[in-house]
Amino acid sequence: MKLINKVFTGLAMTAMAAGVAQASTLEDVKAAGELKCVVSTGVAGFAAPNADGVWEGFDVDFCRAVAAAVLHDANAVKFVPTTGKTRFTTLASGEGDILFRNTTETLSRDVDLKLTFLPVNYYDGQGFLVPASLGVTSAVELDGASVCIQTGTTTELNLADFFRTNNISYEPVAIETNEEGLTNYVAGRCDVYTTDVSGLAATRSKLDNPADHVVLPDVISKEPLGGAVRHGDDQWADIGKWVVNALIAAEEMGVNSKNVKNLASSAEGKLPAINRLTGAEGEMGAMLGLSSDWAVQAISAVGNYGEIFERNIGVNTPVGLSRGVNAQWKDGGILYAAPIR
Amino acid sequence: MSTTSYNSNPILRAWYDKETRSVIVQVIAMAIILAFFAYVINNAVINMANLGKDISFSFLWQPASYDINQTLIEYSSRSSHFDAMIVGLINTLLIAAAGIVLSTIVGFILGVMRLSNNWLTQKIAYVYIEFVRNVPVLLHILLIHGFIIYSLPRPKQAINMGDTFFLNNRGLQMPSADFQPLFWAVTATFVIGLSFAIWYRRYAKKLQDTTGKISPVWTISFIAVIVAPLAIYFLLGSPIEWDVPALKGFNFKGGMVIRPEFIALWLALSLYTAAFIGENVRAGIMAVSHGQTEAAHALGVSSSRTLRLVVIPQALRVIIPPLNSQYLNLTKNSSLAIAIGYMDVVATIGGISLNQTGREMECMLIVMAIYLILSLLISAVMNWFNDRIRLVER
Repeated sequence: MKLINKVFTGLAMTAMAAGVAQASTLEDVKAAGELKCVVSTGVAGFAAPNADGVWEGFDVDFCRAVAAAVLHDANAVKFVPTTGKTRFTTLASGEGDILFRNTTETLSRDVDLKLTFLPVNYYDGQGFLVPASLGVTSAVELDGASVCIQTGTTTELNLADFFRTNNISYEPVAIETNEEGLTNYVAGRCDVYTTDVSGLAATRSKLDNPADHVVLPDVISKEPLGGAVRHGDDQWADIGKWVVNALIAAEEMGVNSKNVKNLASSAEGKLPAINRLTGAEGEMGAMLGLSSDWAVQAISAVGNYGEIFERNIGVNTPVGLSRGVNAQWKDGGILYAAPIR
Repeated sequence: MSTTSYNSNPILRAWYDKETRSVIVQVIAMAIILAFFAYVINNAVINMANLGKDISFSFLWQPASYDINQTLIEYSSRSSHFDAMIVGLINTLLIAAAGIVLSTIVGFILGVMRLSNNWLTQKIAYVYIEFVRNVPVLLHILLIHGFIIYSLPRPKQAINMGDTFFLNNRGLQMPSADFQPLFWAVTATFVIGLSFAIWYRRYAKKLQDTTGKISPVWTISFIAVIVAPLAIYFLLGSPIEWDVPALKGFNFKGGMVIRPEFIALWLALSLYTAAFIGENVRAGIMAVSHGQTEAAHALGVSSSRTLRLVVIPQALRVIIPPLNSQYLNLTKNSSLAIAIGYMDVVATIGGISLNQTGREMECMLIVMAIYLILSLLISAVMNWFNDRIRLVER
């Protein structure tokens, strides 16, 4: 079935690629009236449909922010669910305009897969989820363990390197989807489930008794997660890049979904940096090929970076991630948006 | 054929000729098909060039950097993508071969059960076939895999069979053989025994043709092939060291293991395909008219010999061609392996390697070529077999 899927993707790629290379993605998106956003098939807190079938999550909100900035409608998004394996093909073939799918930026993906990465929106690393009853406190104690991996990620490579460099053995069980991987972990086919720490937190929140499972303190890789677009359309890449930057900068400057529309009349409205963000000053929107209130549209639709984080994956959600290194640089984190100027 | 001309125009004349016309139509059809493929291939190459991608297979020699759990040849994460492909290919061949054997055995049993005079036996086979072949094979795979990993105990509570075999949800752990130098004698006995059995079979046939005397071929063969090597084996003091698995840490160490992924895929594919083969077998046996059996009985041939020498050889002529299709289906269905994490050729070169290198087109071409070659090989063997059992017309 996957094979058929791929053949069709290939055919679609053949049929559509000519159009992709020439026309501007921005024009295509405006003409279609909707943004086709490549997301995962379901990772709690990052991208998953809720009980009403409406997509929700951290990655989903970035899709909505881009749609709001471009189309002035945060709901004008068509979500394209993909597995780790099909995501890049889907983007390359033009079935998606932009990708927000817990995707690690790497050299080979950037250069060889012909992607342009947007600024990092989540700094992550690969970790291990184990049942608390195993009594394991560090990943180096996992000699001989069976490890469930979701295929189509950078995970397999980090795992192979980690076990090889530590001279310990393991049995890899590579599974196609997160759900099937979870099934194997719950059934005890594997002792350990491994993916990015954020994904582990999301997975753990879905277990019957999350307290019975612990995420080990070892983080064995750097996984800067961010959005991506195809090579070759710099204007579209710029739009994606600056929407992400605007959301991060908005938090830094104290602009949020509640106050963004009334800033002009408040004291903050006197600050040139904020005026440039809201479009009251300068020609930022026009430079991007968008309306002058592009950032206001995005922020009023989904909130600033902090609001998106807390609503979907923050400490008060089932996923329960703390900001950690994903705090603003002023607060000791490494989130640092380039100035909108 | 008629060569009457209705027209002086040579083109129209050619068109009105039945043979020439069929040639023209075939040439045009072939040209359209070739043009279509040329267009598709050309388009793919141009579009990949537009995306800045080329077609190159040099990635095959880069380190794969990932591990595979079931490897029948030497492999580590430092091996190349090509090696990963070979490991996957061997795993595919293993599941296909094991599946073909089991599905044939179960299929023949089902086919015979379907024709049984016993009401219960017949209905069991009927219900089994109707249930199994009407549910997609992917569901069978997931169901059996889920059943194995949920119902079998975890390694620490493994079912212990005489401290040598251990069954748990990580698979069936069993001792692996480490052959000692003297073992060659056992192998040699086996080869000699096998050669003798083949010679004796021919001799017995000749004897029967000339004198009508029936020799005990099966008993003699059994002694030559099985009993004699076993006797030598014990005479030499069992020249095999067994590496017995033992629980150590999270898992069993030592010995070898049949993983739940293999068992689930093997059972699912075999039992699913067996339902179809069962129907083929039933059709084949029913195609042999009952008069044949009666005629054999009238000549005083025993029931078992009638089945073996009269019914089955004729039934096989009907069974073999569709059986070929079932073997091909089974082999290709094994590509569903990735759903449960069995590392076949689709999961290795068409999965992880594809994703790590981003060479979709190349990897898919390789996988397609592999399945094409496998299918053609299976067809070739089955066609050869079909030719052998074909009715020889005089």
